[in-house]
Amino acid sequence: MLIGVPKERAAGERRVAVTPESVRKLIKRGHSLVVEAGAGVGSRATDEAFVDAGATIGTREEIWQAEIVVKIDPPTVEEAGLLREGGKTVSLLYPHLREDVIDALRARKATALALERIPRTSIAQSFDVLSSMANIAGYRAVIEGATELGSFLGLQMTAAGKKPPAKVLVIGAGVAGLAAIGAARALGADVRAFDTRPAVKDEVGSLGAKFLELEFEESGDGGGGYAKVMSKEFIDAEMALFLEQAPEIDIVITTALIPGRKAPLLWTKDHVEAMKPGSVVVDLAAAQGGNCECSEADEVVVHHGVKVLGYTDLVSRMAPDASKFFGNNVVNLLRFMGNGQEEGVIVFNGEDRTINPALSLLDGEDPPELEPLPKKEVPAKTEAATPVAPAEAQPPAPQTLRNGLLSLGAAVALLGLGLNAPTDLLQHMTVFVLACFVGWQVVWNVTAALHTPLMAVTNAISGIILVGGMLQAGAGTTQWAMILGIIAILFASINVVGGFLVTHRMLKMFRKG
Amino acid sequence: MLTVLYLVAGVLFILSLGGLSSQESARKGNLYGVLGMTLAVLATAMDPRITLNPILLGAIGIGGAIGATLAARVVMTAMPQLVALLHSFVGLAAVLVGISTALDPAGGAGGSALVHGIEIWLDVAIGAITFTGSVVAWGKLDGRMSGAPLLLPGRHQLNLIAVSAIALLAVPFVATHGGPMGIVALLVMTVVAGWLGWHLVMAIGGADMPVVVSLLNSYSGWTAAAAGFMLSNDALIVTGALVGSSGFILSVIMCRAMNRSILSVVFGGFGTADTSAKPDGPVEDLSALVTTIDAEDLASELKDSSSVVIVPGYGMAVARAQHIVEELTRTLRDNGTKVHYAIHPVAGRLPGHMNVLLAEAGVPYDIVFEMEEINDDMPETDVVLVIGANDVVNPGAQTDTSSAIYGMPVIEAWKASKVIVFKRSLGTGYAGVQNPLFFHDNTDMYFGDARETVTGLVAALRQA
Repeated sequence: MLIGVPKERAAGERRVAVTPESVRKLIKRGHSLVVEAGAGVGSRATDEAFVDAGATIGTREEIWQAEIVVKIDPPTVEEAGLLREGGKTVSLLYPHLREDVIDALRARKATALALERIPRTSIAQSFDVLSSMANIAGYRAVIEGATELGSFLGLQMTAAGKKPPAKVLVIGAGVAGLAAIGAARALGADVRAFDTRPAVKDEVGSLGAKFLELEFEESGDGGGGYAKVMSKEFIDAEMALFLEQAPEIDIVITTALIPGRKAPLLWTKDHVEAMKPGSVVVDLAAAQGGNCECSEADEVVVHHGVKVLGYTDLVSRMAPDASKFFGNNVVNLLRFMGNGQEEGVIVFNGEDRTINPALSLLDGEDPPELEPLPKKEVPAKTEAATPVAPAEAQPPAPQTLRNGLLSLGAAVALLGLGLNAPTDLLQHMTVFVLACFVGWQVVWNVTAALHTPLMAVTNAISGIILVGGMLQAGAGTTQWAMILGIIAILFASINVVGGFLVTHRMLKMFRKG
Repeated sequence: MLTVLYLVAGVLFILSLGGLSSQESARKGNLYGVLGMTLAVLATAMDPRITLNPILLGAIGIGGAIGATLAARVVMTAMPQLVALLHSFVGLAAVLVGISTALDPAGGAGGSALVHGIEIWLDVAIGAITFTGSVVAWGKLDGRMSGAPLLLPGRHQLNLIAVSAIALLAVPFVATHGGPMGIVALLVMTVVAGWLGWHLVMAIGGADMPVVVSLLNSYSGWTAAAAGFMLSNDALIVTGALVGSSGFILSVIMCRAMNRSILSVVFGGFGTADTSAKPDGPVEDLSALVTTIDAEDLASELKDSSSVVIVPGYGMAVARAQHIVEELTRTLRDNGTKVHYAIHPVAGRLPGHMNVLLAEAGVPYDIVFEMEEINDDMPETDVVLVIGANDVVNPGAQTDTSSAIYGMPVIEAWKASKVIVFKRSLGTGYAGVQNPLFFHDNTDMYFGDARETVTGLVAALRQA
């Protein structure tokens, strides 16, 4: 299908929905691409690079006439008007916020996919743009915060003096929060994190941060990877905890969003005032009203000497990487929607359970509602699963008991033998038992890598039965005894020679790197 | 004098097995074995009771020549068949020597006739079971027989009847002191024991052959030991005991690796669990749940990785991909990537089989590690390449108590940052269990024939 990629025109937007790298992948899947001139400039992707990757460069009008238009920010009413009749758009959309755009798209009988509404399931994980962008925003928040702080993040111990690590508090351990924790830890900061969902405690811990806990029984898991609104008592306790932390924290990064609502207020004026002058608050929710009472979208507000950053373009500040990840998300999404189809075909039929919730319009109409699915067992993610019982950790007691009984049985049997058996049998028995013990000790020392040569060499030495054949064939008194002995010799010598030679052949192959 | 020589031979055999404790000393170990065998044969030739005749020497010569040819010709993937075949020869030789001893009133040692009779009986019985069992194992491994288990109705009762018959037939044999009636009883018992060996191994599925071959290895040792008792020969007893323990240890290791009880193997009929259970849910749904990757993307991913672990399975050997995988290893190492191999004990068709296949392909043995050695490194690994393996990387073995392979130790591939599974399709492994690893977020599937996909990857790596 022909895919059009327009230049992003929103203020401060430097990303592009598709990079030359993803163009290559889409072309490989049978699509063709037309990219607006200059679309990649903010992401260091030149028009030449797009052409090299196999795309053609087109005007704005040509782009919007493509079968599918892929972009990042929601289309404007003007752009929707440029769309061909029955055209398809794939972008962030926020349909409930922009009814005028939806109406304009509806008038074009458009099919519109809202990327932000793709369910956050493991199937959709590879095209979850919210996650891929949140990851970038979280990382960048640390970088911006560190820049404004103007201090080392990691511990310094130099001849010229020492400086303890900066203390960073991350509120909200979603994708962005975890990325921020990881980045701050990598720079050496002392990181603590807070989240209303106790389930994320392990993830926070595994990144090397301290998880702050309230002594309070209430889980904030609101489903779909988001938190829900908490009770007043919980919030009061939370606020008290933050106030306790505020004086020692150098950088606060707030990442709390609740879908479809204004961002929750987590860091009040009081908290800001409790911080040391020169400290920094980075508010990732500034576009949704802010987690910090002092933050303003796209501004740096200085309150009581504390800098409150309300950047909403954190992702665009890393435009090349952000475009690359967004592009990969697009490739994966289109691959998913074309799954099972011929090359170059993508299906927008509203029947897929992953895509349906994101479809805002289907040929200008509301897409069909799907019957809710009975809870089905999807092969579950087990990343957080811990082994229930390792195979070897069987309780030792019955084993010991069994071994004890076996030894006892063996001892009784031996005693019986000793009382009744002729002496030469006893002698053989001694040799046999000793050889078993020696064999047991020796073979456990054989490295597992050489178990096949071990079998081959035991093949060879068990050919020692050759000796028995020789005794029968060479000393036998009846003809039959001799003939059988000879045949035994024949087979046993195959073993001896074959076993040793094949062992030799195998051992020769083992060489060191 | 003879006894001393036999003893020295026995010590040399012990040194031979001891040599296999490391790759450096292994070749010397094999030489000790050859030396021990030569010594034992020479000592026997010097036995005053023996007259060396040309037929005897000719038999050694012909047998040796056949053995040499087999050893030179066998391809490494066919090692299991060869090992099974050689087990059957030990069994056969033991049966022949045993019957020969019974026919020969003067043969063997003096002492109590009762004890001697029982010794012959044991030698022939174990020998016959080893012989037919190994022949069946060979047939299944070589694809000459169906790998599917043969489950006769009331098979446990049949086995019990056979064992009782073997025991009861000993009475006329011992009573007649090897008279004609006794010989008939012996021959009938040989047939019954042969049937038992056949039946025990027929009842075992193809996937469980590594355990069976190990167990037959053990039996072949016990056979030789029984022959040693029968002939009052310490060299045979020592060697038989060594081989018997060795095979038993290998069986124990294999059983642990497959999470089976050794008893169920000894009595046969294991590995026959119902594997027809289909994974829940419609199958066509599954392909949408996995993410795939192609050669170019994987190549660039590998370029950025500093440590890679390759988990080979028998599927790799079936696709004859080990040489191209070795090339992949070399290419990655030339790029400065640390490459290790993780081997599950049941990765091949024999204990240690995968190591031999990799060694043959030229993979240095010091980058090849056992499961226990490498599992702790998994969290620090960038990319795990699973090539032709399935059940041995199934996380369900640790978490899913309802899984058929629950409790089996597995390679914890999923702990790495990224897992790439080279596989023909989403089909299940031998255990018939769906593998949740394929659906993990950090797992990508690279579908296709292992040889072709790895070849494509190597080409992409060279280009990139």
